[in-house]
Amino acid sequence: MRRVAAAAAAAILALTAPATAAEPRTTLPDVEDEVMCTTCNVPLNIAESPQADQERAVIRRLIARGLTKEQVKDELVEQYGSDVLALPEEEGVNLAAYLVPIALVVAMLAGAAITLPRWRRRTQTAQAQNTNEAASDAELKRLDEDLARWDR
Amino acid sequence: MRRTYVPLVVIASLALVVLLVYGVIGAGEATTLDDAVRAGEKPAAPTDALPLLAGGEASIADWRGKPVLVNFWASWCDPCKDEAPLMERAHRRLTAKGGTVLGVTVDDATDDSKAFMREHGITFPSLRDVEGELAEGFETTGVPESFAVDREGRIVAISRGQVSRAFVEDALKRVGA
Repeated sequence: MRRVAAAAAAAILALTAPATAAEPRTTLPDVEDEVMCTTCNVPLNIAESPQADQERAVIRRLIARGLTKEQVKDELVEQYGSDVLALPEEEGVNLAAYLVPIALVVAMLAGAAITLPRWRRRTQTAQAQNTNEAASDAELKRLDEDLARWDR
Repeated sequence: MRRTYVPLVVIASLALVVLLVYGVIGAGEATTLDDAVRAGEKPAAPTDALPLLAGGEASIADWRGKPVLVNFWASWCDPCKDEAPLMERAHRRLTAKGGTVLGVTVDDATDDSKAFMREHGITFPSLRDVEGELAEGFETTGVPESFAVDREGRIVAISRGQVSRAFVEDALKRVGA
């Protein structure tokens, strides 16, 4: 009877074990380049220090628990503070980090939209003037030829 | 270059040189806390309330009227391992006077800190300084660092780096333990 119970227990364990092992939903390299080594102030994927090694171990543990990249990052903020994120969170003053570059690009495009047509107009006018001058040269040449014929 | 720009360039260059000299001199100076303690002043210890590793919340102010040795540490820090037995002994002496060694973990995951405490037989309480508020208040530059805080909550001794037996003896004497 005991053997049957033990076999049944083993069978239950064998069936439940794969179910409890969480499926990885992200990878260490995927997380590593978006977080910082908090003591060395460089991205974790290029950091070499005891703290960086321990941070990687923490990430591996979190991945093994089946957490997504965002969940891993949230947990890292819980453990190491907001400085652990390589990119600031998209809220409050941190929004400036995202909005300022966009505003700069928009301003540059607007500047280009205003200045380019003017520049093109100016270039076309200059070309037209050059063409006129070229025509005058031709006329001058013909005039010279005519005068030369008269002199003969 | 037009002559009118020359004075501007000279002024800008001079300003840059002054800024560089100020930065170099400033970097070499000791922190203000160290200066104050060295001058015999007793600056007030920061009292930010932070979560405890064991759960709950605490502040240095909770030990007001009792001697405290604040110790910043992390489980990945080798000198912290070396000084752990000294800290634990200091804690036992302080508890006899109603005080404590108050650990503060920095850049360390909770599970790793707890494992470190188990491994080194640490029994003193430790705060989790996740955002570095207390570390900033104590002007720390790394771990380990230790600060003796007297019964009035004032810093009377500082050790930047691993503590020596002599420092611990002197610090305990200063806080009356």
